[in-house]
Amino acid sequence: MLSIESLRLIDREIAKYPTDQKQSAVMGALRIAQQEMHWLSSETIEEVASYLGMPVMAAYEVASFYNMYDLKPVGQHKITVCTNLPCALSGGVEAAEYVKQKLGIGFNETTADGKFTLKEGECMGACGDAPVMLHNNHKMCARMTCAQIDSLIEDLSK
Amino acid sequence: MSETKVILADLDGERTWRMADYVKRGGYEALKKIIADKTTPDEIIGLLKTSNLRGRGGAGFPTGLKWSFMPKAYVGPKYVVCNSDEGEPGTFKDRDILRYNPHAVIEGMIIAGYAMGCVAGYNYIHGEIFAEYQRFEEALEEARAAGLLGQRILGSEFSFDLFAHHGYGAYVCGEETGLLESLEGKKGQPRFKPPFPASFGLYGKPTTINNTETFAVVPFILRMGGEAFLALGKPNNGGTKIFSVSGHVNRPGNYEVRLGTPFAELLEMAGGMRGGRKLKAVIPGGSSAPVLPASIIMDTTMDYDAIAKAGSMLGSGAVIVMDESTCMVKALERLSYFYFEESCGQCTPCREGTGWMYRMMHRIENGQGRADDLALLDNVAENIMGRTICALGDAAAMPVRGFLKHYRDEFAYHIEHKRCLVPVELQREGSRIYVAQD
Amino acid sequence: MLEIEIDGKKVQVAQGSTVMDAANKLGTHIPHFCYHKKLSIAANCRMCLVEVEKMPKAVPACATPVVADMKVSTQSDRALKAQKSVMEFLLINHPLDCPICDQGGECQLQDLAVGYGASGSRYQEEKRVVFNKNLGPLINTDMTRCIHCSRCVRFGQEISGIMELGIANRGEHSEVMAFVDRSVDSELSGNAIDLCPVGALTSKPFRFAARTWEMSRRKSVSPHDSLGSNLVVQVKHDEVKRVLPLENEEINECWLSDKDRFSYEGLRSADRLTEPQIKHGGEWHKVDWQTALDYIVRSLKDIKTDFGAEQIAALVSPHSTIEEMYLAQKLVRGLGSDNIDMRLRQSDFSLDGKRAGAPWLGMPVANLSTLDATLVVGSFLRKDHPLMAQRLRQAVRRGGKLARVNVTSDDWLIPLVAQSVVAPAQLVAELAAVLAALAAKLNVSVSSECAEIVGSAIQSEAAQAVAEVLLTGEKRAVLLGNLAAQHPNAASIHILSAEIARLASASFGILGEAAGSVGGYLTKAVPTIGLNARQMVESPRKAYILLGVEPALDCADGAVAKAALAQAGTVIHIGSFVGDAAEYADVMLPSAPFTETSGSFVNTEGRLQSFNAVVKPLGETRPAWKVLRVLGNLFALDGFDFESSDAVRDEVLAGDFSARLSNVVSGVVPKADAEPTGLQRITDIGIYSTDPLARRSPPLQKTRDAAAPRARLNPATLAQFGIEAGSDVTVSSSQSRIQLRSQADMSVPQGCVRVSGAHASTVALGAMFGELSVERT
Repeated sequence: MLSIESLRLIDREIAKYPTDQKQSAVMGALRIAQQEMHWLSSETIEEVASYLGMPVMAAYEVASFYNMYDLKPVGQHKITVCTNLPCALSGGVEAAEYVKQKLGIGFNETTADGKFTLKEGECMGACGDAPVMLHNNHKMCARMTCAQIDSLIEDLSK
Repeated sequence: MSETKVILADLDGERTWRMADYVKRGGYEALKKIIADKTTPDEIIGLLKTSNLRGRGGAGFPTGLKWSFMPKAYVGPKYVVCNSDEGEPGTFKDRDILRYNPHAVIEGMIIAGYAMGCVAGYNYIHGEIFAEYQRFEEALEEARAAGLLGQRILGSEFSFDLFAHHGYGAYVCGEETGLLESLEGKKGQPRFKPPFPASFGLYGKPTTINNTETFAVVPFILRMGGEAFLALGKPNNGGTKIFSVSGHVNRPGNYEVRLGTPFAELLEMAGGMRGGRKLKAVIPGGSSAPVLPASIIMDTTMDYDAIAKAGSMLGSGAVIVMDESTCMVKALERLSYFYFEESCGQCTPCREGTGWMYRMMHRIENGQGRADDLALLDNVAENIMGRTICALGDAAAMPVRGFLKHYRDEFAYHIEHKRCLVPVELQREGSRIYVAQD
Repeated sequence: MLEIEIDGKKVQVAQGSTVMDAANKLGTHIPHFCYHKKLSIAANCRMCLVEVEKMPKAVPACATPVVADMKVSTQSDRALKAQKSVMEFLLINHPLDCPICDQGGECQLQDLAVGYGASGSRYQEEKRVVFNKNLGPLINTDMTRCIHCSRCVRFGQEISGIMELGIANRGEHSEVMAFVDRSVDSELSGNAIDLCPVGALTSKPFRFAARTWEMSRRKSVSPHDSLGSNLVVQVKHDEVKRVLPLENEEINECWLSDKDRFSYEGLRSADRLTEPQIKHGGEWHKVDWQTALDYIVRSLKDIKTDFGAEQIAALVSPHSTIEEMYLAQKLVRGLGSDNIDMRLRQSDFSLDGKRAGAPWLGMPVANLSTLDATLVVGSFLRKDHPLMAQRLRQAVRRGGKLARVNVTSDDWLIPLVAQSVVAPAQLVAELAAVLAALAAKLNVSVSSECAEIVGSAIQSEAAQAVAEVLLTGEKRAVLLGNLAAQHPNAASIHILSAEIARLASASFGILGEAAGSVGGYLTKAVPTIGLNARQMVESPRKAYILLGVEPALDCADGAVAKAALAQAGTVIHIGSFVGDAAEYADVMLPSAPFTETSGSFVNTEGRLQSFNAVVKPLGETRPAWKVLRVLGNLFALDGFDFESSDAVRDEVLAGDFSARLSNVVSGVVPKADAEPTGLQRITDIGIYSTDPLARRSPPLQKTRDAAAPRARLNPATLAQFGIEAGSDVTVSSSQSRIQLRSQADMSVPQGCVRVSGAHASTVALGAMFGELSVERT
């Protein structure tokens, strides 16, 4: 069950759209739900769908279509590294390799302690700041040299 | 030889994104003036036509003309939508605009709402830039508090509200009808056109969609006048344009220059080639644009018409610079993976074709290429083009065709020798982590 | 109208048409997969790409609007090249498993691949594999074959009204699925099988049963609901293998309800009665027809002689053909009795003798789809009339308005503009309130019969809103559902609804309970002076003739019916199945189900539809009309010399009989119901419990709709009785008590308990309406 705080935030999303278009808020609602629950279980998707009065399969379609929703549990810190061409030209792949080596996991894997999940990302629209990584979807980490990666992981490990 | 900043002018401070700062820079003067003068929508659209402003999202469609397509007599709500779903590899200008000058976008959208009689607007912001989304929400609150949004703006008869919608990771939502579907709370699967958004857009209502940079420049055009803006660029290519320069340059970043600036000058502004290596190729308009070899691009100016003449597209103004360390096979493999990963899966040629192309590229890159692969690859790309619902099919096919056109030998070498033409050590050198020192 | 040219042929089409519409008009075939005339345009398969003069790219015919003087080529180089490349893309990830695919031989992809595919594949990569889904007992999946045309998804959204299937994920990983392995529970789900152009969705009951080319196709008519859907019955080795819709735009369009599609699976039930049997000394003995018929003649003659003909009663299934019903009443009347009825679930017969004709829909079925304003009264619409509900859904999609006055607010999957949901005993009062509101809004007075009840009506906002709906649009209708017909005060409901319709200038119609409901009136399988179905069981008779009836399940009060049979001297069971007849019958005659006999149904719009047997009768089974004819002969009655079922039909329904259809009644004054004290029972008949054949179809019985009945109460009522939802409760009637699982159900009004009928577990409760008590167990 989502908290009152989350439902309030969802209400704010709903208020952005015409009253007969509550479904427009589904992306925001799923984002808010995922922030609270850390991933989107079927129960959570069902709750969001019923809150918005839309078919649950339509909500599932949305949740499974967009990359940043996690339909399976992820580690406490999800790190998504962009390896697309512009980033790769400035070391995006090398940075990803460095993270892999440091955490001892590959893409789509989670460390044994459940702390870190590593994902390969597509263009984040920040190619000028390559290498770039996203922490838990919402925090962009730019210009990630090995030293920066070290300190990021150190901070998150605390 | 330097930048000519309009949207990005005077953005060196810490709080440039705040409304007070924007107002100090002359912000909202254009809006206040049209409201005070009761400027007619036709005058505003006429001004945009004079300015020769072309859409900054990729297609380069004349903005004034687009706005004039909105049905004037329509009874019921009309919408204006900003496409900030910037996900075309190589493009990162909208993020900077939202970061440092969000009120320019807001003012531009309010003016658009005024000029097209819209009741509301939505800014669809790329999923991966949450901080910018939050900042935009704050900027909206500032504007709302100042009476620039909502009922009876600045005491006039004009009411308009504006909201931010956050994406969550789907390149295809950068396609305007995919974006509309997403805004309606569905999968971002593009719609078949016709009908076009101007007649059947958001919630089935007339809607105009423009790129962030397009909206952001509108207040400046209103302030300086259509002719002055046009004069910043060249005929049919009015104004300045922000180019996102990435890849093997010394100072990757956004550079706002006059349209028609020679590529060589842009390259120099970006600090020139990294590590003194030689320029090999440039993708001049985002990853979907056909690649151009150094010899061609160095003789080209950066504007819609010149790049088209050179055989590519200005697109979103994303300039991906590749030096001699780049293996073109590997580069194309990565791009092919991107389109395979981002195809929405709705229509057959793109859903099936992007996977086919990627798998072939993956084989070739991994030394499993076959003699007839290149002809087949080219033909698969050709078979996708022009047969899909949206432009993503073409976007996936064009890089393949472009790379094969100019670098076929490198691909053939790969197939024949099962390794790269570019020495591995050199490749490694070129793909090292590189962060420019400010 | 615009004129365009396709492949050099000129055609006139309406503005707003597509190139595909124009091609269809010309009879020019354009290959396609995602396009379907009944579904929205998706333009996703890209198979219908054609060349249009002056257009730079090939365009999809299904989505491209026509413009004047457009010149289209479907066969030009550019068009063919586009179509062939799309075909190649469709095939690269499609498995080469046609030899083991049930769709083989009736596969659009297979068919078009012959014309547009290459002989070999250029695709050398690994093919995609997609895991199969369990969508329930009716639809089998083989999702690797899916070509993502989205027809099944659009069907759910647009036709069945519920989006059970969607396409999850994206790109090449897109797959059709239901939310977390839920089953597809729509009562129209089987249509997705027909819509699937490949072998991704196939019929689970039919799986591997036959190849399409091995079967013969025979036309038939559904014996279930009052619509009379047209069927194609597919037969191999004299066995029904599959049932598909026979397209009839005026009736079922291209659809079938799951009941019509899958009930055939009950035909081979182990419970089939295949030989005549006589009970002797408590034991059943198989006998030949002559012996069985002689026994019947003797028993009935004895009873007539000893107790009088009025001791003979006949209960006839409302799913019987008109030939069966006509001969049954002729036989019973020939024996001197007038005790015959097919309205088994009715309890109020006070309109008998006051009707101007056979109750019917009052308009063509097809008109339902275009109604502007509709009021439905007393109905489990979606389950009782799946395809008529679908038509009303389309009417609403077109902008029509739907309202209801009902005893539950169960989800019809149609947006309602207004509704009034009240307990059964308040239904009449609520209709009076609607009528009063309507009269006030129109400033007219109601008929003298209705004046008193309207005068004492208590206004409600809901009733006002319902009345308001009937003032909108031009094409309006008031329709009575099954519950309205079965209600203990059905006559008052009928009169008030008819008056509402009259004031609203709306068409007035009866949705109709069964395939034979109209036919039963036309053939006079209803009493004129004798006992009606209720009286026949409430005043027990010495002899009963049961035609296709299982009284405990099919009568309004199964408990009373059982008791009546138990005390009878002779019970003659004529039917396709044994069921409980083994307990109460004295003789059992195997009669043919609809697939083994010829016959006719008159559907609710008054359309006579005749059909032939599609297979030979199983074992010693005989068509019931022949059995009844022979009995007539054995009793030496006149007028039983029929050579064929056609001859029977022509005797009873010669010429135009439309004048015999009427919903007009006269001389009855509606009366309010007394205020009850206890919980009021609401009885629905489960969609797969309606008749003996549906009850015996294993796949239908595995659906969620066939789940065991529960005691469904409003959460407020549950709380009032201190009952926890989901706990076991004791439900008691004046007759007996049973155990049921309770269920919280917001759609049930307070003070009511909904318990499904026509189910073995609830028969003991007795009457469909009345008071029950519910206690914690």
